[in-house]
Amino acid sequence: MAYSDKVIDHYKNPRNAGSFSKEEENVGTGVVGAPECGDVMKLQIKVENERIVDARFKTFGCGSAIASSSLATEWVKGKTLDEAMTIQNTEIVKELSLPPVKIHCSVLAEDAIKTAIADYRKKQDGSSGGE
Amino acid sequence: MKTPIYLDYHATTPVDPRVLETMLPYFTEKFGNAASRNHSFGWAAEEAVEAAREQVAQVIGASAREVIFTSGATESDNLALVGVAEFYREKGDHIITSPLEHKAVLDTCNMLEQRGFRVTYLDVDRQGMIDLDQLRDSITDKTILVSLMAANNEIGTINPLGRIGAICREKGVLFHTDATQGVGHMPLDVEEMNIDLASYSGHKIYGPKGVGALYVRRRNPRVRLSPIIHGGGHERGMRSGTLNVPGIVGFGRAAEIMRVDYDKEQAHLIELRDRLHQGLARELEQVHLNGHPTERHPGNLNISFAYVEGESLLMGISDIAVSSGSACTSASLEPSYVLRALGVGDELAHSSIRFGIGRFTTIEEVDYTIRRVVEEVSRLRELSPLWEMAQEGIDLSTVKWSAH
Ligand SMILES: Cc1ncc(COP(=O)(O)O)c(C=O)c1O
Repeated sequence: MAYSDKVIDHYKNPRNAGSFSKEEENVGTGVVGAPECGDVMKLQIKVENERIVDARFKTFGCGSAIASSSLATEWVKGKTLDEAMTIQNTEIVKELSLPPVKIHCSVLAEDAIKTAIADYRKKQDGSSGGE
Repeated sequence: MKTPIYLDYHATTPVDPRVLETMLPYFTEKFGNAASRNHSFGWAAEEAVEAAREQVAQVIGASAREVIFTSGATESDNLALVGVAEFYREKGDHIITSPLEHKAVLDTCNMLEQRGFRVTYLDVDRQGMIDLDQLRDSITDKTILVSLMAANNEIGTINPLGRIGAICREKGVLFHTDATQGVGHMPLDVEEMNIDLASYSGHKIYGPKGVGALYVRRRNPRVRLSPIIHGGGHERGMRSGTLNVPGIVGFGRAAEIMRVDYDKEQAHLIELRDRLHQGLARELEQVHLNGHPTERHPGNLNISFAYVEGESLLMGISDIAVSSGSACTSASLEPSYVLRALGVGDELAHSSIRFGIGRFTTIEEVDYTIRRVVEEVSRLRELSPLWEMAQEGIDLSTVKWSAH
């Protein structure tokens, strides 16, 4: 299968690869997928005043999965949480020119963003409730 | 050293220049139809076909009269299974095989099941070995055929053909082997091993694509087949159609080189295969060998690099041609059925790479491959959340994943 130039670029030069400490108060973590399905994405956001100021990812999966999550970290940075919630997998498909068999990679990236935001919100609720 | 490097010799092989040279006259000057009995063009073609038949027979210890030319191993497998099933239907309706067989056997068995035959798929262990006691116990008075391959095309595991043949002979059932990957790569002798039918192919042994053979035993016992391709009655009626003379001539020469150079080739493949394996295992942790450690095809190295997905690794080493058991490289999005049948876990199936070493592989190519694979696996592990979790001491089997 031929990959688009953008997929190859993200694969070779992943943006925001790495991890934040999960324990940090203002970090939200989303882990989606399963090893036996062949892809697992971990996407993390760092939030200040409802705005995503930084992001990290690590992905086990094919080149398109790596590219989708790398792109997702670029896109969420600078967005408010509400704005980030509106990112659609179809936009990722378009940007990376993913073929139909790779659409699930973009779905997973969208899920990772939403799961990370939910995790962050849960943490905030938990800590405010506890005080 | 030139790139890209070809390490996918189980998929196909280049035509050996000696083979090509032998074939060339049969496209132009000696283009006759081997079935033309009344002029010298036909006689020359027939003579060449008969010489090739001898060579193709010899590589498996058969006699020329027992070899039928086909379009490849897929057709040979189909002819063996369907041909035997239909001819012996009165005698029985039961076939025994294994889940690791090539699709040419499995899909044909599936079709026969739809036509009312019963098929037993033997269990295999984690290294791809069958249990001979289970084989023996599975044979009933309704069993007509056992079909078990010589060497597996993905994991390289070699079946104990001699012992399987002995059991089949003792029980009076026919034994077919798909020897496509085995020919020239392991001891193969239809007499010694009591093999009754054997499929093989030109393009896996440095011959051309589109030509293959089915060995059909003629004595003790005489094996009968119903043809699946009907027409002019070529190949003693078992396979009609004008013979592919240049292809057959090339297949013959290729088989002869495999036979004559057997020891040399074996030593070359094992040396390079072991060098590759040791190089990777020395520089990387968590390198799992798939298949059997010793009973394996000399050119096959199937490895799972834990925590790295196979297709992403292929992308990183795009100047090296190998194949992966990862779902992403198949149309079905299912990981390799062979690795799954071994029960190594889908995760390791997704992480598997098959390296196929061949006649023209060099030490420089192997060393370059080691370096590139080590670099990419290390890079992708840094990018892998699973590797990170494993480093943190998390047991991945206890994690609750959000399957999708
Ligand atoms: C074990 C085995 N059987 C059958 C085949 C099919 O051979 P052919 O391409 O000649 O039809 C192959 C090759 O893919 C093979 O490896």
